Amino acid sequence: MTTLNHFLVLSAILFSIGTVGVLVRRNPLIMFMSIELMLNAANLAFVAFSRYLFNLDGQVIVFIVLTVAAAEVAVGLAIIVALFRTRATVNVDEANALKG
Amino acid sequence: MELAIFYVFALGAVIAAIGVVALKNPVYSALSLAAVFVALAALYVLLNAPFIAAAQVMIYAGAILILFLFVIMLLSPETERGIGALPRQRWLAALFGIALVVELAVVLGSAVLPVSRGPFTPEQLARVGDTEAVGALLFTDFLLPFEITSLLLLVAMVGVIVLAKRRG
Repeated sequence: MTTLNHFLVLSAILFSIGTVGVLVRRNPLIMFMSIELMLNAANLAFVAFSRYLFNLDGQVIVFIVLTVAAAEVAVGLAIIVALFRTRATVNVDEANALKG
Repeated sequence: MELAIFYVFALGAVIAAIGVVALKNPVYSALSLAAVFVALAALYVLLNAPFIAAAQVMIYAGAILILFLFVIMLLSPETERGIGALPRQRWLAALFGIALVVELAVVLGSAVLPVSRGPFTPEQLARVGDTEAVGALLFTDFLLPFEITSLLLLVAMVGVIVLAKRRG
């Protein structure tokens, strides 16, 4: 029988993998994908709590998080495209000037 | 039986997540991320949330992943050069990652479920229907976040068009 703790530990593992991905990889697109992984881990925790506490607020919050994540990905990718279209390199460590 | 299904999809999600972080080619990472999304959707169905599972597949695997692939293809020749972190940074990041996962797993694995429960037991949910119940909540208790989310989408659309437009 799966308990709440099973899903929470899985959520923790996915979140940690996403964190390590943001810290280790220097390609901005893969960093962004790791952030999406962290968001999905949080979504899993929300839905698990919603099921084990017999409360549907978690599912509604996940619905809103999905929408916010979509908007965030669109804006973030537009920023990456605008930033790395004017520069020759795609190294996040070199993108340190506010005005291109 | 439920435990077996959980372990199958949990293992798939973890392996695909490691693939996202570890694979060199960004296209392979994006496809591995799609596998994570689908595995999580299967887990949502296991958690009596079929509407959220369908929304997850549609929004994440159907829209966000396509957007990622577009940008990867657009920027691909430039993203191949000059990607190297310091070796010590990688080992420190792995160390902190292991510390984080051990700490989180220990705390969350021994967590005790809160006492107060709500009204939506799985039997009740099977009778009412998950989509109808989430929709009813979304338009009554959560009306303000819903409207703010639609405003956020409008702002995101305007921002993306302004950011991605070519100058001149």
